[in-house]
Amino acid sequence: MSEQKPGWRELSRGAIPYMSSEDYETGDWGVERPEIDRGRCTKCMLCHFYCPEGAIRVREDGYTEVDLRYCKGCGVCAAECPVKCIEMVRKT
Amino acid sequence: MKQVLMGMNGDEAVAYAVKQVNPDVVAAYPITPQTIIVEQFSEYVADGLVDTEYVAVESEHSALSNCIGAAAAGARAFTASAANGLALMWEMTYIAASLRLPIVMAIANRALSGPINIHNDHSDSMGARDSGWIQVYCENSQEVYDACIEAWRMGEHPDVQLPVMVCLDGFTLSHTMENVHTLPDEEVQRFVGERAYMTVRGHRGEAELRLDPERPLTMGPLDLQDFYFEHKLQQVEAMRHALHAIPEVDAEYAKTSGRRYDLIHPYRMDDADVAIVGLGSTMGTVMHVVDELREEGVRAGLIKVRVFRPFPAEAIIEAVGDVPAVGILDKSASFGAPGGPLYEEMKTSFYDEGERPLIADYIYGLGGRDASPGLIRDIFQSLEGIRSKGEVAERVTFVGVRE
Repeated sequence: MSEQKPGWRELSRGAIPYMSSEDYETGDWGVERPEIDRGRCTKCMLCHFYCPEGAIRVREDGYTEVDLRYCKGCGVCAAECPVKCIEMVRKT
Repeated sequence: MKQVLMGMNGDEAVAYAVKQVNPDVVAAYPITPQTIIVEQFSEYVADGLVDTEYVAVESEHSALSNCIGAAAAGARAFTASAANGLALMWEMTYIAASLRLPIVMAIANRALSGPINIHNDHSDSMGARDSGWIQVYCENSQEVYDACIEAWRMGEHPDVQLPVMVCLDGFTLSHTMENVHTLPDEEVQRFVGERAYMTVRGHRGEAELRLDPERPLTMGPLDLQDFYFEHKLQQVEAMRHALHAIPEVDAEYAKTSGRRYDLIHPYRMDDADVAIVGLGSTMGTVMHVVDELREEGVRAGLIKVRVFRPFPAEAIIEAVGDVPAVGILDKSASFGAPGGPLYEEMKTSFYDEGERPLIADYIYGLGGRDASPGLIRDIFQSLEGIRSKGEVAERVTFVGVRE
């Protein structure tokens, strides 16, 4: 975060966080990102259910898609994929 | 206004006051010497005398967790505990305070195990002194009753918004029948009014601090190096405000009840040579001894510290004035510390004062060991010695213990 952070008088009281979890884009934490090979994907959706961040959604066409704004690059999806169609790729 | 005189022990006084307040939620788990409070209150619920949702939980940790959830949803929530029960609540006490939820909890002070002891000392609530709760210590059942009504307004004061512990000495107060003047229900209702919420900046603009789907808020999530410190400073500030807010509530309560409380209650301090500063029911005994000593020509005085958190340092410094020797009564030991909790606060408060008294700590009454008038006399005698010698030979003395 590059913006000026609020001081204690300004910050919301009652242990209310500065931003909601939706506004905190945690995607920039990761060093790797998942890449899905849709040619081999069987649309089982396990990656969607296993993702600890809820960053993998299911599209209209049944394929899954990673929301890189929130994906922390943990690799759980790649490890759980039964057909091994997800590869973790180092971010450049 | 007509007040009804009732015979009640301290626990019943808590239950009766809370019945008159009629909170939304009570969640509790029984533990001696607090049990009568929730037992009595559950009868009020069963008899339909209150609108309260009574939750019989499986532990004290759950009791306070439940109150936190209820208070976060906007409810008035009450619980009661003691000793090991309060210890089991530990992590939740800090969370209740940091979420700024004005929950009220009665503590029937009891010695912490081990060895197991059900009798009174202050080791339980003193352990919680840094958790961010306001702490009120009561001398008798009347004070207990009044504090259990005032506590809601103290905690909910717009400048404060913190939880409040009302501490009553186990058995000495909790199980001892006394006369208590009680207000009519409608007067209590008028005094406590509706719960006041503080306004916070939520994720969708300004909102009252309570969970409401229309104005979503997240309370107390991850708040790391860059924000936690600021949130803690807000709690420090709230406690500072409480020093002004509590006397305001006391003054308003005096108009309703005719009973005027304050942060501290000095007694015969003006020309005193020796004085005792302490908390809770023992101060009634000290008052009796002060009167006796005055009859005998000894210029003795006392300060009863009613509110320990926030610590009313300024008021105490003023009340001590130029009294040369002051003894502190601590009913809990702080292992490895220079002295008991009250002693440490007193020494710290006076360090920067040009004129300061000689201060000695007397740790007494652990595990319910009796604090008789004779014991208090011995302490005053020790203080006379300190005054005449002009020095404190022994900073901390354990009184009433066998050698």
